[in-house]
Amino acid sequence: MSHAAIPVEVSAVEQVTPLIKQFTLAPVAGEELPPFSAGSHVIVVLRRKDRTFRNPYSLMGSRDRGCYRIAVRRHDDGRGGSLYLHEQVRGGMRLEISPPVNLFPLDRMARKHILVAGGVGITPMTAMIDDLLGGQVPWELHYVVRGPEHDHFGRQLLERGGPVHLYYGSAGLDLARVLAGQPLGTHVYTCGPAGMIAAVARAARAAGWADSHIHHEEFAAPPIGHAFDVHLARSNLTVHVPPEWSLLEAIEAVGVRAPYLCRGGVCGECETDVLDLEGELVHNDHWLSAEQKAGGRKIMPCVSRARCTRLVLDR
Amino acid sequence: MPIVFKPEETFRDDFTFRNSPEAIHRFPFPFAEDSFMYSVNIEPHAAGPKGSCFEFPIDIDEHYVAECRERAICLKEPGRYLALPHMMPAQWDVLELIMTCLARDYPEYFGLRREGTRWHWVNRPLGIEDIFTFGDPATLPYEPLEYVTRQAPGDWCVLDQRDGTLWMDAGMVTTQADWSLDFDLGMNFIEWHGPVPLAHEIGVFDRALKFLLNLRAGRPVRRLNWTMTVHPRLDTSPEQYPQWGRDRSMVTPENAGDLAHLRVELQALWRLPRSYAIVFSIRCYLISLRELVTVSKWARRLHRVLKGLHPELVAYKGLTRYRDTVLAWLSKYDDGAPTMPGALPE
Repeated sequence: MSHAAIPVEVSAVEQVTPLIKQFTLAPVAGEELPPFSAGSHVIVVLRRKDRTFRNPYSLMGSRDRGCYRIAVRRHDDGRGGSLYLHEQVRGGMRLEISPPVNLFPLDRMARKHILVAGGVGITPMTAMIDDLLGGQVPWELHYVVRGPEHDHFGRQLLERGGPVHLYYGSAGLDLARVLAGQPLGTHVYTCGPAGMIAAVARAARAAGWADSHIHHEEFAAPPIGHAFDVHLARSNLTVHVPPEWSLLEAIEAVGVRAPYLCRGGVCGECETDVLDLEGELVHNDHWLSAEQKAGGRKIMPCVSRARCTRLVLDR
Repeated sequence: MPIVFKPEETFRDDFTFRNSPEAIHRFPFPFAEDSFMYSVNIEPHAAGPKGSCFEFPIDIDEHYVAECRERAICLKEPGRYLALPHMMPAQWDVLELIMTCLARDYPEYFGLRREGTRWHWVNRPLGIEDIFTFGDPATLPYEPLEYVTRQAPGDWCVLDQRDGTLWMDAGMVTTQADWSLDFDLGMNFIEWHGPVPLAHEIGVFDRALKFLLNLRAGRPVRRLNWTMTVHPRLDTSPEQYPQWGRDRSMVTPENAGDLAHLRVELQALWRLPRSYAIVFSIRCYLISLRELVTVSKWARRLHRVLKGLHPELVAYKGLTRYRDTVLAWLSKYDDGAPTMPGALPE
């Protein structure tokens, strides 16, 4: 493992919307959880009987209570990590998490922050708002949910006060209007579905914003794909990757240590050289450039896979 | 073993700085082989052997009190401590890091009691005791970064992370090898490394930056860097060049052993948890050639490293005027015998 694990105890589980459960993770006797910066995530290790998931979840604002909070959306047709959390994980259970890592920090030079979130994408924003409340830098939140039964976190934030805008359905959010006329030095941060992230970036660029002021977090869950075999050249091992396993998980399952940080195709840490390939790589990451993806010499095994008869990695 | 501080030793004017035999033995000699070229020589900043300068994350040694006094002298000039306004959260992170490390590792010299945000700090070697509110700069006599680094050995640069790079946005820099915080403040990682020869071309900085952007909290890393300095002078800043530049022409075959010093920087980098900035600590260790040759392996190896050093590095490290004199002096201690791999004394 790339991380020293932190043991935690699930101290509370709360069904907060029809799709989202919130988990409170408390330190285990005598320990303290490390402080973290807004936008951080942890990897939660989920040991199901037949396999281990390592899923990233953003840390929510809660630093005053000495606990971490995460919110998990249930994906019934996903690989099984969120279902395991929803159906198996209960108060009092022990879990392991990684130390916090931040790939979605607030830009501290910003003159204003605009936060845009959809659904469970609100989680890092709650920590950002903790950070921004009481500070000198203006901010505003635009939060889209499907309907009133999904608006738990939105109502919580409205009760805390501040410039919080809650929308039922994305039609109500006029991005062009939100982004127009903002002061120079404003930064925008989006966490939500891929379509929302793209729409915000498009609207910001259309309004003349520089890319350096447009931020988003988009953890790709490892997509389900075709099964394939991979040969690890340095370890001299051949590994089978089933459809609902990620390449990284399959590598780890045979005891080969591989580097990683985000497990969502964002940070670049797991970048691996492809030594031989008969077939094609299926790149699902946000790290490699279009040229690198076309070149077929690099792969990010945390989210990417292959449709191939032969794949050899330098691992 | 208790540290015997030498509060009266000086790093300027009469230069009374000397290393005890124990300090020589624990000197972080940087050369693991008989030649030198830049590399991404970054390793975990993990606990080293007992008594070594890697035993604890922040090393307190016999020079600590005198170094803090030297720092206070430097701070009478402007531009040696600087912090941009957005770095205040990182300032508190650094204060917490230094105080918790020192109080944990040297309880006989430092004490920290925390009750919520009410902190009680004791620094016995410097005779300082303060009670303050963590997060409230008005409760300290200086800004938090200045307050704590006036009491910490080595230079401290605080790097903000944004736009996919690191920015030199705060620091306490008084023991530097000819670079200026005042000049570099606000520069990014590639910009402030601009003057370094050769390393850009071999991709060292691109790889090092990529590594540092993913630096994890609780997983500090370190590397050693080196140069040479005439006299045990900590403050070789560009601003003070008129004071020390001429020293390079004073090295003679007779005095080289006492005037020429190997200058080693133990550089450590920590991810700061609340601000997500990085603090870069540059701790300077000095050793005269006469002290260094008491370890025969180091004498032979330094002679060979300097002899084979790339001409651009000779120029960049400011050795052009006195390298040959130093080589002649060191040659008496190099009998041509092989040196064991690794930097430790044999």
